[in-house]
Parts: sequence; C-alpha cells; structure tokens
Amino acid sequence: MSEVEKDFTIQNYLEFLQTKKLMGSKCKDCGTLYVPVRKLCTKCNNSNMEWAEMSGEGELVAFTSITVGTPYFIEKGYDRNKPYCFSIIKLKEGPMVSAQLVGVEENKPESINIGMPVKVKFLETEIKGETKTDLGFEPI
Amino acid sequence: MAKLARKVAMVGAGMSKFGNHFPLKRNPDLWIDAWLNAVKSVDHGIEPKDIDACYVGNYSSDLFNHQGHLGPQMANLVGLTPKPAPRFEGACASSGIALRQAVIAIAAGIHDVIAVSGVECMTELPTAGVTDVLATASDSLFEYPAGATFPGLYATLASAHFHKYGTTVEDLMRVGIKNHENGAENPYAQMQQSIKDMMESKRKRYEQQGREVPEWSDEFDFLKSSANPIIAYPLRLFDCSLITDGAACLFLASEEKAKDFTDTPIWITGTGQGSAALSLHDRDSLTSFIASREAAKQAYQMSGLSPKDIQICEVHDCFTIAEIVALEDLGFYERGKAVEAIKNGETKRDGVLPINTSGGLKSKGHPVGASGAAMPVETFKQMRGIAERNRQVKFDVERAMTHNLGGSGGTCVVTIYEK
Repeated sequence: MSEVEKDFTIQNYLEFLQTKKLMGSKCKDCGTLYVPVRKLCTKCNNSNMEWAEMSGEGELVAFTSITVGTPYFIEKGYDRNKPYCFSIIKLKEGPMVSAQLVGVEENKPESINIGMPVKVKFLETEIKGETKTDLGFEPI
Repeated sequence: MAKLARKVAMVGAGMSKFGNHFPLKRNPDLWIDAWLNAVKSVDHGIEPKDIDACYVGNYSSDLFNHQGHLGPQMANLVGLTPKPAPRFEGACASSGIALRQAVIAIAAGIHDVIAVSGVECMTELPTAGVTDVLATASDSLFEYPAGATFPGLYATLASAHFHKYGTTVEDLMRVGIKNHENGAENPYAQMQQSIKDMMESKRKRYEQQGREVPEWSDEFDFLKSSANPIIAYPLRLFDCSLITDGAACLFLASEEKAKDFTDTPIWITGTGQGSAALSLHDRDSLTSFIASREAAKQAYQMSGLSPKDIQICEVHDCFTIAEIVALEDLGFYERGKAVEAIKNGETKRDGVLPINTSGGLKSKGHPVGASGAAMPVETFKQMRGIAERNRQVKFDVERAMTHNLGGSGGTCVVTIYEK
C-alpha cells in the first residue's frame, strides 16, 4: 500500500514513526492539520484527509524533568540520578505534540529555556530484541 | 442554562477517616465508615427504605483491587439492593460525576432520595503500581510513550504557568503550607500536621538518631531541601497530594422529601461538567483548564451567582499548581493574579475567601474516586458551622462551591451550594 493510500489510523501513524517520519493528517476541506493523526476533522466535521509530513522543527512550550519515572522509562535506564525530560513541542506547522526532550541538562532543569527552537530526533530503544522508535526533540 | 426543574437538597454528609488503611480496611469497610458518619449527620434520621438509589463514584477498583462492578457491592453493604446502583468513572472526578448525576436524577423527578458514594482503596498497590494506574487517566497512546507521569503532567503545566506569569516555587509552597495548616485541624485528614510541625518532628528524629540536625531557617528553607525531593521539576514531594484509602457519603433529597430529614437543608443550586482532550498537547491552553472554565460557567449560570458571591470553596489541589490554576479558572482571580492573593493570605481560613479548609487533597488525602464526594462533606460542615477543631470559618457561610477535576483536566465537575 502506498503512503497516500494508508488509512488515517493510529497504527499507521505509529508505523510512519518507526520509519522516522513524523506524519500528520491535513483536512482537504479546511486545511486544519492534526498531529498525531486524526481521520475526522473536528473543525469542519469532514473526513476528507491527506497525509502530511512535518518538517520536524518547532519550539519548546512546556516541560518537566522527571526523577520518578514510568516503568517504560525506568526500563530505558532512567532514575533519580538520571532524570529525563517530558516536553510539549509546538511544531512549526502549528500542532503541539508530546515528546521526550533530549540533548539538554536534565539535572539542571533551570537551564532549559521555554521558547527555544528544537528539531525532531527519533529515539530508538531496544526492547526484547526489537527496536522501537519514539518521538523525541533536541535543541537546534 | 436552565435552573433545576426541582430543588435538590443535601441533607447529610460524612466521610471515613482518610489514610493508609489497607489491609485493615478495604473498599467495603471504608464505605460503611462513611455511610455511618453520613447517617449520623441527618437530623431526623435516615434509613435504607427512605433511599431510592445508590450512585457510586470510583476511579479504578479494577486495577487497584482487582474488583470491578463496585455499584451493587457498595449498595448491598448498606441495605440498598435491589435499588439502582450505577457506578460512575471520570478519573479523580468520579464521585463528582456521581453527585452531579444524582442531582440531575432528583431534579428530573426520577428519584426522590439518593445516596452518593465515593470510594477508593489505593494502597493495596505499592507506590510504583499506584503511579502506573493513575497514568491510565492520561493519554496512554501519546503522552505515556513520551514519559509522562501524573506529577510530570502537572509539572509541565507549572512550567508554562511559571513562564507566562512569573509564578515561583515559593508560590507553590504557600499552597501546601496553607493546606497542611488546615488539615492539621481535620480529624478525618490523612496528614494532620502543619509543615512546621513536620519540620520539627524531623529535627527531633535526627537528634534521637544522633545524626546531624539540619538548620532549616523556615518552612520554605525546609521545603527547598533534600528532605523534600524533586518528583518532577518544579514539583517536589510536598507539591503532590497523597496516596489514600477513603470513602465519603452524601444524602441528596428533593425539596418535598428533604423536610423529613432536616429543617436546615443545604441546597444544590448549580451543577456543571466540562471535558477536554486527554492530551495536554491537544488543549487550547497549558495554563488553564477548559473543562474547569466550562463546568464553572454552567454552574454559575444555573445558580445565577457569580464568583464574587462564593464565600468558601474546596478546589481540586491534586498538585499545588492545580489550586493556583483553579482559583483563576473559577473566576476568583484574574489570570496570573491568584498567587498574589495567596501571598496576602486571602485564601487562608481567616482570609476573605477560605480555600480548602478541609486540608484539601494535599493534606486531607486524595483517594481519587472518593474526592469529589468528600469535598461536599467539608462544605456541609462549614455551612452548618460544625467543622471540627479550629477550622470552622468565622463567618456564616451561605454560598459555597466545590471544584472536582479529573485526570490532568479531561473532566471537571463544579457544584454550587446555598443555604
């Protein structure tokens, strides 16, 4: 199935992510952009979408440095002495996404500046012999 | 927003002692404790035969206790089967929803008297397990893979509030200090200690153990020390509400039936509920909850009241930042101005707008699905002038509000009470 024919499902969004593509859906009727993907445009109530690849550039709008992490991140090797950053990024194209923020001093969160420009970094984790790609961003 | 078609009264309210009770007390035990206290609060008495239905609010007994289907279980324990016993879920707003649906059912004439139950037993799981269960109230598809924990989501909102309005960690700490001062006066609270008391007992313990006694100059110094570790920057341990087992029970009645139970009913004159995208990244704002604003708007319109009419309020302080945002979302203060009011003492028990006189979720405790029913227990006591110890406000409370937020703001229920 070619990219343009893929249905606008979460699974297909995640499969694009595994191939290091941040894809959204764009409403052909009103132009509204959705990342992560949505099949129904809640702005104009149409389901006339097309896939749109994001540039991967954006800006940090909010973040935290987490010392008591989720089981998934503990498995990735993070803990109190090695915190990680959860962040919300506003993409250049408009939508906001949740992602891990890397390439920053997680132990010195006061040094991380809201408003700073960031670019996408696809983060690979080996779990049970399989490589999983998660969405990440890093400062430009 | 139309007025309620029939008037609805709260004629009784009670709660179990909140705390770390498992395995000595489980959901059924906690619920019966709450029920008995609520029954005691009804002036002319109440019996199961007087009650038409049992509305149960519970977030996740399924995951906390491997027990679903809590409605009939709770109803049966107090003699209410075979009457209707639905269960309502909306994360931490679960029993707020049960309360609102009970109001609607009575106003619609479907039922005359309803027992509203909120119940949650969290400590059956270790802390890491609790954190994981709570995380299911956020977006597990897109927030969880990015590392979001519950404190993490509120910390993220705090970072946006800090950036936009210049809010500081000291502002957060003032909320915790105040709520612990209130909780110290609540015999049903989980932590009946002020931050100052805790500081002193920690000093004593260090002394007894022959360890170096820390030199904390004041509460802020203590709260910034390693005694209060960072959970998710900028939130520290004492910015987070507690993991709690507890239950609450409310009796609601139509105007006609209310007379059988009391001569001094508390009228519920406004109810509102709002919703929002589960993911923070799909929201209109990271410094305000649209679900709160929507729920408040509906409740104000229904009651015909405005923010300046509200005299006391129990707000959903699951994290200190949440109390600050709630004060702004409910219209008590302009955006970014709540912290100044808190600093001036306006929200203390002796202030002009006492907030969380119960101790809030921060100090009273937060058995998530029970919190929405426990808030009106404090309202009931304050409006009747019977709040225990030294926490009764010094003026006659004629109009009050409760604000019950679910998850990271995906659901909110706001209720207005009048004498």
